[in-house]
Amino acid sequence: MTTNKHKERVDTSRRGFLGAAAVVTTVTVAPGVVLHRLAVAEPRSEAVTSDVRWGMLIDSTKCAEGCDACVTACNRENGLDLQKQPKGEDADQQKKWDRQAAKWIRIVKVKDNLTGHESRLPMMCQHCEHPPCVDVCPTGASFKRADGIVMVDRHTCIGCRYCMMACPYKARSFIHETVDTKLTRAPRGKGCVESCNLCVHRRDNGTPSTACADACAAQGQGAILFGDLKDPEGPLMKKLTTLSSRQIREDLALDTGVRYAGV
Amino acid sequence: MKRIVYREWRLAPQRYWGLLAILAVVAGLGGLAFAYMEHEGHWVTGMTNQVVWGTPHVFAVFLIVAASGALNVASIGSVFGKTLYKPLARLSGLLAIALLAGGLLVLVLDLGRPDRLVVAMTTYNFRSIFAWNIFLYTGFMVIVIAYLWTMVERKGHPYTKPVGFFAFVWRLALTTGTGSIFGFLVARQAYDTAVMAPLFIAMSFAYGLAIFLLILLFALDQDGRPIGKFVLFRLRNLLGIFIGAVLFLVVIYFLTKLYGAKNYDLVAFYLADGGIYTILFWFVWILAGSLFPLGILFHPELSKSRAWIASACGLTVVGGLASMYVIIIGGQAFPMQLFPGKTILESGFYDGVGGAAAAYAPSLPEILLGIGGVAVALLITAVGIRVLQFLPESLADRDVVDHHVVRV
Repeated sequence: MTTNKHKERVDTSRRGFLGAAAVVTTVTVAPGVVLHRLAVAEPRSEAVTSDVRWGMLIDSTKCAEGCDACVTACNRENGLDLQKQPKGEDADQQKKWDRQAAKWIRIVKVKDNLTGHESRLPMMCQHCEHPPCVDVCPTGASFKRADGIVMVDRHTCIGCRYCMMACPYKARSFIHETVDTKLTRAPRGKGCVESCNLCVHRRDNGTPSTACADACAAQGQGAILFGDLKDPEGPLMKKLTTLSSRQIREDLALDTGVRYAGV
Repeated sequence: MKRIVYREWRLAPQRYWGLLAILAVVAGLGGLAFAYMEHEGHWVTGMTNQVVWGTPHVFAVFLIVAASGALNVASIGSVFGKTLYKPLARLSGLLAIALLAGGLLVLVLDLGRPDRLVVAMTTYNFRSIFAWNIFLYTGFMVIVIAYLWTMVERKGHPYTKPVGFFAFVWRLALTTGTGSIFGFLVARQAYDTAVMAPLFIAMSFAYGLAIFLLILLFALDQDGRPIGKFVLFRLRNLLGIFIGAVLFLVVIYFLTKLYGAKNYDLVAFYLADGGIYTILFWFVWILAGSLFPLGILFHPELSKSRAWIASACGLTVVGGLASMYVIIIGGQAFPMQLFPGKTILESGFYDGVGGAAAAYAPSLPEILLGIGGVAVALLITAVGIRVLQFLPESLADRDVVDHHVVRV
C-alpha cells in the first residue's frame, strides 16, 4: 500500500483575493446604503385626496393697468427669474429667447370687437377637470392630481411637446436651455415641459394661497382669489356664487378650475 | 407572365460606395446637428413656446406618412391580386421600412429628452394617440418584415396574401393615427377635424408612390435594367389619381373650415394673408407640387417620357414637404383663439397680439437633422437592394405582363 507522501500545498491566493474583495466591496457600498436610507425623506404622511379641488377666481375688473405683481411673484416663487439667455446678445437672438423662456403666468389685455370694451387679466394653466394636455401625453407625465392640480412629472416627461400643441390656453413652456440654477421647490431641467401648478409646494407644505394671489392682494388689488372649489363655505365658492363668472374657451367644456369675472 | 428573377443591385463598386459615402456624410451631418441641439438645448433652433414643433417634425411626419404609402405597391399586388405589381412588392416593403426608420429617427432625436426613449417605450397613457402610434409604428416594422419574409421565402408564399392584407389594414391604421395626432387637437383651429386622417392617408398614397417611383427609376437606370411602358404608365396613372385625391381632400378641408364663421380668419390666413404659409401653400404645394405634376402625368406627350415622370415625382415630393410645413408650422403659427370675438391688445407671452402670427424661422441644425433622416432612409434602401434580392431583373413588358393584356 502506498501513501501519498507528497501532499500538494494548497494555493490560498484566490481565497485571499476573494476575502479582500469582499472587504473592499463592503467598505465601498455600506456607507452608500446607509446614507441613502438617511437621505430618503420621510414620505408625506397623507396622500393628496379629491376632497378638495383647488381653483381660482380672477376678477379682471380689479386687475390694475401697469401692474404685473403676479407675474413677478410667480417668477420669484418658481425660480423662473433664474432663467438666463444662453448666448447671443444681438436683438434677434434676444427676441427669440424671449419667446423661448418659460412663463407660467402672463398678463393679457383684450378688446371686444363690437363694443370696444377692454379687459386685462392674468392667464395661466386653467387646471381643467378634463385637461387635453393629460389626454395627449404619451407617457402620462402630464397628469392631474386628485386635488385638481394639473402638472408635469419631470421624471417621465420625454419633451415631445404634444401637451403644448393640445393646450387651448398656451399655458405650457418648454425648457429650451441648460438650467444651471434652480430652486429645490421648483425643479427644472432642459428638455422638459412645465406650467403653473398652483404653487404645488405650498399645497404640500400646508401653506395657504399662491404667490400670484398673495402678490395681487399685497398690491391692494385682490383680483386673484385662490381656494377650494369643493368647499361651499370657503371664500372662493362664496364669491363664485355671488359674482357672475365664466371659463375661458368654455365652448371646449373642459370645466376649468380657474374662473374669470368681468371678461 | 414569366417567372420573376430578383437580383442584387449591381452598381459598379466605385459608384455604389461613392453613393453610400455621400449618404453617410449627409446622415452624419444630421447626427452632428442632433448632438449640437441635444447638448445646447432647443434654444439653438427656431422653435419657441409658440411654435413648438419645427422643421424636424416636417421631415419626420413626411417620412412616416410616405413610409406607409410606399407599401401600397406591394398591397396592390398581394391584397388586390394585381400580378403586375408583384415584382415591385419587395422594394415596396423595403422602402416602407426604410422611410419609417428615417422618420422615427428624426422624431425621436428631436425630443427634449431623447435619452428617455425607454420611458416612452415602457410607460403608456392609452388615451394618447401618440402612445398608440408608438405601437402602430413598431408594429408596422414587424409586420412588414414578416410580409417581406413571406415574399422571399418559398415556405412563406402561402401566407403572403393574409400577411399582406394585415399589413394593408395596419398601414391604414398607422396613417389614420398620424393624421389624428393633428385631427384630435381641439385647441388649434387649423387641426381639430376628422378630415386630417383621410387627408394624411391620401398624402401617404401620393408621397409614398412618388418616392417609390423615383427610387425604382433610379435603381433600374443605374444598372441598366429595363422597365416597360406598361408597368411605368400604370404607376404613373396611379400617382395622378393619388395627387387628385389629396387635392380633393384639401378642398373638403377648406370647405369644412369655411362653413363655420369662426374659421374665416384661419382660411384667410392659409389662402390669402398668411405670408410664407400662403406662398408655400399656393405656389409650392398646390401649383408646383400638385397641379404641375398632374399636368405632366396626364399630358399626351410628356407623360410618356421617363424623365418627365421622374420630374413629376420629384415635384410631388417637394410639394409634400411644403404641405407638411404649411400644416405643421402654419397651423401653429396661426394665433390660437383664446377669446373669440375679442382682439388681443397686449400679451406677455405672444398670444397673437392684433391677430399676429407666431414667428418661426427654421435653423440650420433642424434642417440638417431632417435631411439626415432622409439620408438614413436612403442608406437603408441602398444597402438593402445591394445585399438582398429585392430588385427584379427586368420590368420589361414582355417579362411582367401577360401578352394578351399588353395594350400600350
